Amino acid sequence: MHPSTWLKINDIGLYCEPGNFYIDPMSEVDVALVTHGHADHARAGHNTVYASPETLAIMQTRYGEDMAVHQHIISLGEPITFNDVSVTFYPAGHILGSTQILIEYGGYRVVVSGDYKRRHDPTCPPFKVVPCDVLITEATFGLPVFTHPPIEDEIDKLLHSLRVFPERCHLVGAYALGKCQRVIIALRDAGYTKPIYLHGAQLKLCELYQQFGIDLGALIPVSEVSDKKLLAGEIVIAPPSALADRWSRSLPNVRTVMASGWMQIRARAKQRNAELPLIISDHCDWPELLQTIEEVAPKEVWVTHGREDALMYQAQKMGFKARALSLVGYDEDEQGGD
Amino acid sequence: MEAFSHLLEQLYFTSGTKAKAQLIADYIANTPDPDRGWAIAAMAGTLKFDFFKRNTVKKLITERTDPELFAMSYDYVGEVSETVAHLWPDSEPVNELPSLSSIVDTFSTVSKQKVSETLARYLTMMTPSQRWALLKLGTRGLRIGVSARSIKQILADFGGKDIKEIETLWHAVEPPYTELLQWLEGKSDKPDIQNAVTFHPVMLSHPIEESDIDSFLPNTWQIENKYDGIRVQLAVNTEKDEPEAALYSRTGDDISHSFPDLLESLSGNMVLDGELLVIHNANAATSESFAEPEVDTFNSLQQRLNKKKPAKALMQSNPVGLIVYDALVLDGESLTEHTLAVRRAKLEDWFSKRAIPRLFLSTTLQAHSPASLRNLHKTVCENRAVEGLMIKRLNSTYVPGRPKGQWFKWKRDPLVVDAVMMYAQRGHGKRSSFYSDYTFGAWQGDQLLPIGKAYSGFTDEELKKLDNWVRRNAIGRFGPVREVNKALVLEVAFDAVHPSNRHKSGVALRFPRIHRIRWDKPAQEADTLDNVKALIEE
Repeated sequence: MHPSTWLKINDIGLYCEPGNFYIDPMSEVDVALVTHGHADHARAGHNTVYASPETLAIMQTRYGEDMAVHQHIISLGEPITFNDVSVTFYPAGHILGSTQILIEYGGYRVVVSGDYKRRHDPTCPPFKVVPCDVLITEATFGLPVFTHPPIEDEIDKLLHSLRVFPERCHLVGAYALGKCQRVIIALRDAGYTKPIYLHGAQLKLCELYQQFGIDLGALIPVSEVSDKKLLAGEIVIAPPSALADRWSRSLPNVRTVMASGWMQIRARAKQRNAELPLIISDHCDWPELLQTIEEVAPKEVWVTHGREDALMYQAQKMGFKARALSLVGYDEDEQGGD
Repeated sequence: MEAFSHLLEQLYFTSGTKAKAQLIADYIANTPDPDRGWAIAAMAGTLKFDFFKRNTVKKLITERTDPELFAMSYDYVGEVSETVAHLWPDSEPVNELPSLSSIVDTFSTVSKQKVSETLARYLTMMTPSQRWALLKLGTRGLRIGVSARSIKQILADFGGKDIKEIETLWHAVEPPYTELLQWLEGKSDKPDIQNAVTFHPVMLSHPIEESDIDSFLPNTWQIENKYDGIRVQLAVNTEKDEPEAALYSRTGDDISHSFPDLLESLSGNMVLDGELLVIHNANAATSESFAEPEVDTFNSLQQRLNKKKPAKALMQSNPVGLIVYDALVLDGESLTEHTLAVRRAKLEDWFSKRAIPRLFLSTTLQAHSPASLRNLHKTVCENRAVEGLMIKRLNSTYVPGRPKGQWFKWKRDPLVVDAVMMYAQRGHGKRSSFYSDYTFGAWQGDQLLPIGKAYSGFTDEELKKLDNWVRRNAIGRFGPVREVNKALVLEVAFDAVHPSNRHKSGVALRFPRIHRIRWDKPAQEADTLDNVKALIEE
């Protein structure tokens, strides 16, 4: 049976009828399979949740221990069954604990990519190419203008700026889950050993990363710095929403840095009032999206959230059957961990 | 080229004139000639030619990318150069890019047929941000928020000179400004500009105070209408081998290209100070030069500003002329050391001996006492083409800058309306965490239509209160713009209202600013759009 007959889109999200479960549902459901911990994919209040141990820990950190009645830890690569439907989680390389999901039913294999990337990320195992009939892929950066530079180059820009403006507090806007930790690790890899200062919203998740054995070096909450003037010449990481907020007024001579895949487009960087845009993404860029489609070589490509048109067009040009799935509700900006 | 691209990148994202100036100064200090001079020319807008046409760029990218994907990308990015910079498919990085000057040289000498291939070769060597820099440079479309005036200030600071010296030299020196830069660094003599037609820094006025009016004595002041046009300087020398005529803005920008109709018929050797206006009888027969000028509004002049090449029809419907109020040079003689009384007498004499189309001598007005001066101000302000009075000390010599107590402007009282705040946006630089830019509207029935935007006129203390109010009353978001409850009345002051078909409200305000914040006034009692339209000048 063709997946279009049993894999449905409704206003809650992607629903597998024969297995009676949702993947990354937008609102409370009976059974939810969650690909990763970003707030727009992982919501609280489901009856039963299946997810990786890291994702469940992230959800507990954010929503409390009782974020779902039943919480099932999955093991990567080990199938579980829902009625006649077999489901297997594989790594997606997006953030700590992120997964893609293979669904097998009626002689068809469908892979739901979730959010994913193909670059090296020390916080999670790399994306696994899972052969399938239908690949449901995200398209956050689904335009040929997006080719993300190596993270080392971008971190160099930040370190260079610290040398040129040693008197300015470098306030880096980075999403609290994933981006923040990746920026910290890249700074450490580049030899930056000084303490890094954090906005309150970043703290708990950094601690969680550390509990999973990821070394982030010395981190100090900004709230514990009594004389904010001492933050001149230091790196402070805060959620993007805090960059231009009243919170930042207490920091000395701020230089606004923004770490996001969107920073590649000047107008987007300007909108953020970023003085130093860093192109750091946890999603595939355009070449990686095409690479993935080629390597997975599905019969059909279904494109979800992002710039579907261009990726569909390109997939068709490459000889794949392609359609757009209009999944609404996945934020591309502050919530989505771009 | 790497350094120039890096500079542009930084300038693009840096807000604040001071920080930008720092970056440019650093570049000038650390970049050799002639590269830095070409960069200055690019930023100041004095490059003489386009390296390539926009169309060449479009053709190149069309040959190399899928048109559908290009269209979708352009749609998202919103700008051709940036889209091309990212989509350019070929990449063969080189160790070191050609220098900026060698790129300029190449494009200035390459044959027309080879332009496209040359551009492609460069783009292939470059990173996306370098490509963007080249495309912006080559089509003379740098938008980095640095005015020519700021560049001159930066050069003055760099060489420890007064900006007036730079302004005087500016139009007599050419890119890549090697002579100028060498002089600024103390390595060579000041460039020789004898005989060149060039800008003379202008003398400016102070706003008048009540006490100045009270101490007014007859026969010591020259009183004139303050016209609502733009202050310009007309420099002509047709008595040398290569005749020249140029029109400069108050800040020394050469705006000749926009006003060929004014410049074409001039001869002599003079530098005149005056007001540029749309004057309907400007082009009348020469004998009528003593006629009253039929002056049109600033709005009609505005259509003539910033045109690279004005259309004939526009020059006919909106002909420009000059109301001359002072002379710095007449018949080759410099007059700046003379008093205004002497300069005026010479100017009157000069005008009486010839009739030059499009030039009008400004009329002087009389007052005998502070009271009659106040009366005069009231009377002239009834004429909407006049912005107020200019009052100049008769014994003042022509001193560039804004010397104290010499020249006064007495503007008409601003117009005010009570408008309702509709949207707010965060400011830049120091104000980047404050909602400091406000869009306000007037009522049409029970609907508010936006009539303008203001971001000045309030104190820091008031800004904090406004910011707080916006945050508490925000009801929607459009990108960076917050929509607010339609509940706060702003008393907005402005210089004039003009009809406008660009705005839904049909009006455009000139220089709107916040006059008072009417925390007390209910929004329903704010002005209607009809009230605002009634203020449009006829």
